[in-house]
Amino acid sequence: MPLIEVKNLIKTYKTGEESFNALDGVSLSIKKGEFVAIMGASGSGKSTLMNTLGTLDKPNSGSYNLDGVDVFSLSPDELSEIRNVKLGFVFQGFNLISRTSALDNVQMPMIYKGIPEEERIKLAREALKIVGLENRENHMPNEMSGGQQQRVAIARAIVNDAPLILADEPTGNLDTKTSIEIMEFFVSLNEKHGKTIVLVTHEPDIAQYCKRVVRFKDGKIISDEVKK
Amino acid sequence: MIDFKSTLRISINSLKVNKMRSALTSLGIIIGVSAVIIMLAVGNGASEKVRSNIESMGSNLLTVRSASAKSGGVSMGMGSKPTLTLKDADAIKKNARGLDAVASASTEGKQLTYGNQNWSTTVYGIEPEYLYIKNYEVELGRRFNREEVNSGGKVALLGSTVVKELFGDVNPIDKTIRVGNVPFKVVGVLKEKGSMGPMDQDDLIFIPILTAQKKVFGTDFPGTVSMIVAKCEDENTVTMAVNDIDEILTSRHKIGKNQDKDFEIRNSAEFQEKIKSTAATFSILLFSIASVSLLVGGIGIMNIMLVSVTERTKEIGIRMAIGARAQDIRMQFLIESLLLSIVGGLIGVVVGVIGAKSVQIFSTEMNISISLFSIFLSLGFSGMVGIIFGYYPARKASMLKPIDALRYE
Repeated sequence: MPLIEVKNLIKTYKTGEESFNALDGVSLSIKKGEFVAIMGASGSGKSTLMNTLGTLDKPNSGSYNLDGVDVFSLSPDELSEIRNVKLGFVFQGFNLISRTSALDNVQMPMIYKGIPEEERIKLAREALKIVGLENRENHMPNEMSGGQQQRVAIARAIVNDAPLILADEPTGNLDTKTSIEIMEFFVSLNEKHGKTIVLVTHEPDIAQYCKRVVRFKDGKIISDEVKK
Repeated sequence: MIDFKSTLRISINSLKVNKMRSALTSLGIIIGVSAVIIMLAVGNGASEKVRSNIESMGSNLLTVRSASAKSGGVSMGMGSKPTLTLKDADAIKKNARGLDAVASASTEGKQLTYGNQNWSTTVYGIEPEYLYIKNYEVELGRRFNREEVNSGGKVALLGSTVVKELFGDVNPIDKTIRVGNVPFKVVGVLKEKGSMGPMDQDDLIFIPILTAQKKVFGTDFPGTVSMIVAKCEDENTVTMAVNDIDEILTSRHKIGKNQDKDFEIRNSAEFQEKIKSTAATFSILLFSIASVSLLVGGIGIMNIMLVSVTERTKEIGIRMAIGARAQDIRMQFLIESLLLSIVGGLIGVVVGVIGAKSVQIFSTEMNISISLFSIFLSLGFSGMVGIIFGYYPARKASMLKPIDALRYE
């Protein structure tokens, strides 16, 4: 059974008289353990797909089955729980909570999961160790470099042991050297920790780290290739 | 479910981030709460003072005075034509039911002299029971007795103000003073009663009523008295006593059915109730004014919380993306506003108590009474303000759509 199965997603935006389909009948199936890059120019619908996969946005029609659950039939609270335990987000702009230490940022998903404080701190330290920031736990986001902030965000995404990581242009704000570090890190998460990763990018250099590349144009999938 | 301790920590952290803003927001509540405490302390103090003054006046008292004389339709003022006599008092003593004691009294302003000192005061010619009825106690020496009254004895009891003005530090007992031109022996000094509004209850001298009528007062209406005071057995006999006195005096003065009465009976309870309710109104007024400032403080909290929600839309989006439910967000913002109001309230209590104490220091005339009730009331009120004015912003935050909140810049 695939981890992600979307069928015939249609998302229509209306701007005045005109309307256009950001998603125009998208169907996609992703199995456990895959590392998928979603590519396309801006406006091609790749971000809309990511928000849909992340349960943050809902299309006009279609179906979404995540790990055996019909996502579109869930209540807002149930969606929160899905995001909390099944998904880990990594954003282009890092999206850490400002003036809050790295350790507290990483603890955040566990607070909403209801894990007791002692265990929370232990797990957060383990996650920070995996991303190599064990000695930065008391640093505030503005005291860290972009690469470090993104690694804190990754630690936050994996701390609840979510099987699926959704990364939206994770290297978009980083220089080439740091981008390579982050991408190698995603590779090890995929290979060593068995995480399924869906990554949106428009850079071919970044996409080459992935095992499968899905290309978007005008809300439609135009190619879907699996590398050897 | 997210635990309370963690929510509290999140809220405290976000308040710490904007220390100045949080402090200023709380200032509204601090001012409100301290105002409530100070106002209630002043109000309660005033009420207590009024109550103790009323008690010093004596309770369940009736005062009978001559009604105002009318001269060609113009009222001449109460007691302007004396019609009450000692015989009226005796008749009331004998026939009216429900009375504990009755005494008549006549008053006139006179100059007192002792050595080279002089002092103008009110001279009360009284029957001995007057002291009991009006709650006057003797501090030094003794009262005068019925025999001294009947025999026209020249003995006097002095109020403490008179003693101070005439004698200074000298012991006045057995000294001779002059009331007008008549020498009187001081037999006793009254215990201080304090002032009642602008009226000094200790600026007076008591002498036997017959002596006063015959030797001291030059009255145009010999044998009359200014007033008859009576103490009822208890509050239940007041109405009966009033009716009996009215009947007795109406028949003694031969007043017909359609004629105006030439006397007036005043019930102290009515007067006291009036003063008490005035004091209560005063307290309520002060409390309302203070409450308004608490309300304004609450609106300040709401204002800042709304700003805070807008400013932190992105943060709310991030929290929702990593699993916060609507109720978690709502709780976070609600606790923030509650913290602002409760911490403000606690500081306000301290400021209020210090403020009330300093009012006491700067104005010794004023009676200040800080009650535990006012502290709990204002704390409870500020907590309520925090919840009520924090709820709307918190709800607003929790109803944001994750995707919109996350995209907010």
